[in-house]
Amino acid sequence: MKIQSKKLEVWYGNKQALHAVDLAMQEHTITALIGPSGCGKSTYLRCLNRMNDTIEGVVVKGGLLLDGYDVYEPGVDVVALRRRVGMVFQKANPFPKSIFDNVAFGLRLGPRIPKTELDGRVEQALTRAALWEEVRDRLTGSALGLSGGQQQRLCIARALAVEPEVLLMDEPTSALDPIATAKIEELLHGLADRYTIVIVTHNMQQAARVSDQTAFFFMGQLIEVAPTDDLFTHPTVKKTEEYITGRFG
Amino acid sequence: MEGASTYVHPVTTRNPLTGGGVRRAREAAIRGAFTLAALVSVGVLVGIFAVLFLQARESFGGNEGIAQSTLTPEQRALFTDVEFAALPAVPPPAPSVGRDFLGGTNWNPTGATAYYGVLPMVVSTLMVTLCALALAAPLGIGAAAWLAYVAPPRAREVIKPIIEVLAAIPSVVLGFVGIVVVGPALAHGFGLQSGLSAANGALLLAVMALPTIVSITEDALTAVPRDYVQASLALGADRWQTLVRVVLPAAQSGVVAALMLGMGRAIGETMTVLMACGNATAMPGSIFDPVRTLTATIAIELGETDVGSRHFHMLFAVGLVLFCMTFAVNLASEIAMRKSGGSRA
Repeated sequence: MKIQSKKLEVWYGNKQALHAVDLAMQEHTITALIGPSGCGKSTYLRCLNRMNDTIEGVVVKGGLLLDGYDVYEPGVDVVALRRRVGMVFQKANPFPKSIFDNVAFGLRLGPRIPKTELDGRVEQALTRAALWEEVRDRLTGSALGLSGGQQQRLCIARALAVEPEVLLMDEPTSALDPIATAKIEELLHGLADRYTIVIVTHNMQQAARVSDQTAFFFMGQLIEVAPTDDLFTHPTVKKTEEYITGRFG
Repeated sequence: MEGASTYVHPVTTRNPLTGGGVRRAREAAIRGAFTLAALVSVGVLVGIFAVLFLQARESFGGNEGIAQSTLTPEQRALFTDVEFAALPAVPPPAPSVGRDFLGGTNWNPTGATAYYGVLPMVVSTLMVTLCALALAAPLGIGAAAWLAYVAPPRAREVIKPIIEVLAAIPSVVLGFVGIVVVGPALAHGFGLQSGLSAANGALLLAVMALPTIVSITEDALTAVPRDYVQASLALGADRWQTLVRVVLPAAQSGVVAALMLGMGRAIGETMTVLMACGNATAMPGSIFDPVRTLTATIAIELGETDVGSRHFHMLFAVGLVLFCMTFAVNLASEIAMRKSGGSRA
């Protein structure tokens, strides 16, 4: 298993946001986390790269293993963890820098990389994010001049450039139009060959289209997890069925 | 077309859509009042500049200004003949203005030959201001970064107002501190005869500029979208890298504005430097020499000159130089802000 959580609990102060979540994800698969707002799916996602650490008063209990090693063990280098577990946010958040500098940002954080290698890795990341052809002639232009969908693919390229093993996506298409959304979904299929992907989505059709495995969260609990086809066709828990048939949410 | 031609305007009945005269009158009045306010502030500014420029222009007008005695016959009658004979028959030729004013290194308006070389004061002003900025900038940006990114929220709520209160310390009080505390400490620490020097003034001005720099920089840093910080951290940047590579560049225009406002405050400051810098008009050789800034020169000498004398006009010329310097600083900051603002868009 690439990622495995065991009785993972998250507390924001006195409020418990996640209750004993057991969830496992295989390497090079796509797992979709679905559920209504406030169900804990984003909280779970943000445990995987410890972005929850940046919120005041967060306490995480239980185990979360990446390749069998505990991510929350004292002494874990969070910076190194985040280089292995990349993240794409709900709202495209490119830096107010050039397209090139955005993609190169993560690469420049470490030891100095020769210019030719840097150029190559930027191109490779943009190619994998299906953006290279659109921006190859304007790499020095501002990233903020791109369309919303392009900006989100730029953020994917930026995350891919540091060669992570896992890619976390927090509702990456919720602010995009259907065409830009389709492009990113198409992209995800190709990326699964190389990366383990965890995607949070509000959109059940999207979960059904892109993921291999779907986990349904409700009120901070993992209600059901199953291969995506099974979960959407034969949910075993009544709550899951109610949610995927649109009876609440 | 037919409908339009057959329509007859009902002139006899009052159109229910008309009216609102009172409201319109009120809006016109408000608009007038705002326009007046804007005109007054611009007018005052133009007026100040006109006075400064016209008075200063007199000093460039050749020798007539002082060749004629400014004394009226009645005033002459107050002097005895002996006293009058002691006055030079012909006033000393004034040094030619131009290079000798801006480039001259001797300021001696009351000597047998008057010299009006303003260069030492320009150098002193720049020396004190730039040294103050060199001290205040890293300290101010550092403090702002601490407040914005490191300090726990409670500490921030307490400490930021305290730093801002520093701005309320009257400059004369800081000057006093310079005379009794900082100056002697400098003299002791560096083995100087007197601590009243450019270094002393620079330290005090740094303290004066600090609240402005900290407060505005902190505002600029906290205004940087959290999205940028999150993205940077998620890419494996540590907090320092995030601050230096993402937050500070994104807040660049605000930081530049903070520094320039701090510097503007330091250039124009008079009382502190007058008290703390030793007021020697000679060209300073080092930061530990006593210096007299442009502002201090005007403040010290204007009260002791005859209105309308060459010396009097020369002090306006000094004011004009000062004005040009502050204008250059403002212009530079404007350009800097526009540049970084442009790369954001």
